[in-house]
Amino acid sequence: MAFPSFGFRFFEPPPMRDTDTLSRRAFLASVAATGAAAVLRPSAALARPAEPASRPGALLTRAIPSTGEKLPLVGLGSWITFNVGDDPAGRDSCAGVLRAFFQAGGRLIDSSPMYGSSQEVIGYGLRKIGNPSQLFSSDKVWISSGARGPEQIEASRRHWGVPRFDLIEVHNVTAWEEHLPTLLAMKAAGKLRYVGVTTSEGRRHDEVEKIMRSQPIDFVQVSYNALDRDVEARILPLARERRIGVICNRPFRRGELIQRIGNAPLPGWAREIDCSTWAQVLLKFIVSHPAVVCAIPATTRVDHVRENVGASAGRMPDDAMRRRIAAHVESL
Amino acid sequence: MSEWWTYHLSDFLLFSARTYYRLFEIYNAAIWPAQVAAVVLGIWIARLALSPRETRRGGRLAAAILAACWTWVAIAFHSRRYSTINWAAVYFAWAFALEAALLLWFGVVRARLEVERPSRFARRAGLAIFFFALVVLPFVSPLLGRGWKGVEIFGVAPDPTAVATLGILTASGCWRRGSLMFLPAIWCAVSGFTLLAMKSPVSWIPPLVAAIAIVVSAAQARGRRKRERTPSDVSGLPVS
Repeated sequence: MAFPSFGFRFFEPPPMRDTDTLSRRAFLASVAATGAAAVLRPSAALARPAEPASRPGALLTRAIPSTGEKLPLVGLGSWITFNVGDDPAGRDSCAGVLRAFFQAGGRLIDSSPMYGSSQEVIGYGLRKIGNPSQLFSSDKVWISSGARGPEQIEASRRHWGVPRFDLIEVHNVTAWEEHLPTLLAMKAAGKLRYVGVTTSEGRRHDEVEKIMRSQPIDFVQVSYNALDRDVEARILPLARERRIGVICNRPFRRGELIQRIGNAPLPGWAREIDCSTWAQVLLKFIVSHPAVVCAIPATTRVDHVRENVGASAGRMPDDAMRRRIAAHVESL
Repeated sequence: MSEWWTYHLSDFLLFSARTYYRLFEIYNAAIWPAQVAAVVLGIWIARLALSPRETRRGGRLAAAILAACWTWVAIAFHSRRYSTINWAAVYFAWAFALEAALLLWFGVVRARLEVERPSRFARRAGLAIFFFALVVLPFVSPLLGRGWKGVEIFGVAPDPTAVATLGILTASGCWRRGSLMFLPAIWCAVSGFTLLAMKSPVSWIPPLVAAIAIVVSAAQARGRRKRERTPSDVSGLPVS
């Protein structure tokens, strides 16, 4: 029996976006337009530049320092956006985002046991689109008891439906002294490929630094964007020194940056780095830092995920352009 | 949680507003026609509350109905539905089950929901809060554009159930009112913060109504204590 409509025309709320308010036109056309001229322009300071695309319009990649394996510069986060519970429409919508992400050339998808139903929804989406082989699965362990870490990791793996995770990080460095030995043992046993730790919004950087200096981790995940640049002082240089790959969360400050920019016109210099939207400018600011392997914006929209992944292509900002982007965003 | 002062309200929100509202749409579709039964039970409580006679029996019955509603919300909403997008809903389910147990113990077993007639003001204020939860609150969000499929109804949705309970407790002369009002008031605060994090224009309603219920009840309790402290002569009249 259906729930009655009471004869009213139902109001459908607008679709949720990671970058509310800003209209983002398709970026792929501009990527293609760059053609053979889409040459990376690394500055002298960018000692570990992104790998040039093998063909015009193809995505740029950056090597994971510990192995040399290459990843596209933009991945996919799932915080909030994939937590849709049992909603069939929401799950199918997320599957559509995953399909578009892989079709655009994306690889790394990030989640956590903390993100509600996100892991299950990712698993549903992966099954629905045929478990793409290019998936780079990145999850976290988030539990105060070290003894219960393996149990949680196994539950996460079942939710995803993958034989093993590529990367597991200790979420917010929770009980890292207990979890890291477990993760490193899993890696040694071939049950895991990479190990890391995460933090967000500038918290516990001292502890993160301590771990980076003392533990053989492959990745560190931090918040980094055109306004939140604390990590530039110590974390990012240390990551390069210790050959640790950096994954950047909150690239748009959960949409706040896009809202802050509002309808401000895109400056003419954005064309110099092959950007047609502010979202692309913000992403290129992040992934052009040589320590950064990947940024992980989250979205519920297919057009946005295509644009986000497309920010891995075309010319990247050099140091001067990066300073220009940061100053401009700060001035808005 | 270290550096707790660096967290924003939105950091605790695990889902989008759209997902939260869709949750109620799917929930309503799944439990239909339980909403009809819940509204009938709400009208029954209203009839009991308005009846001038048999207050002790009526109080027992009202407490039993409220306990049933809190149990339903604990299991059907929090445990089975809300927990799919919010891991904290498991704790909410236990809190709602505890409130149901308290209502059964104090309201049904001890029959203390109507042991003393409250002041006229408290009774009117409490009944106004109850009718607000039963009749007005479900329509607020749909009228602001959320859609009727996700309407939140007394007895099956947490907010109107908590607000209605606060209303009945305010309108009663229950001795253990403070114990019974604690969890509904806490839920109103939790719901208010959740709605505020989602930038809902009606986030202030549950906490405000809870605050009104608490203030009225506290004023009534204070008046009762004052009367009890006032010495009386043998005729029962206060000594001036």
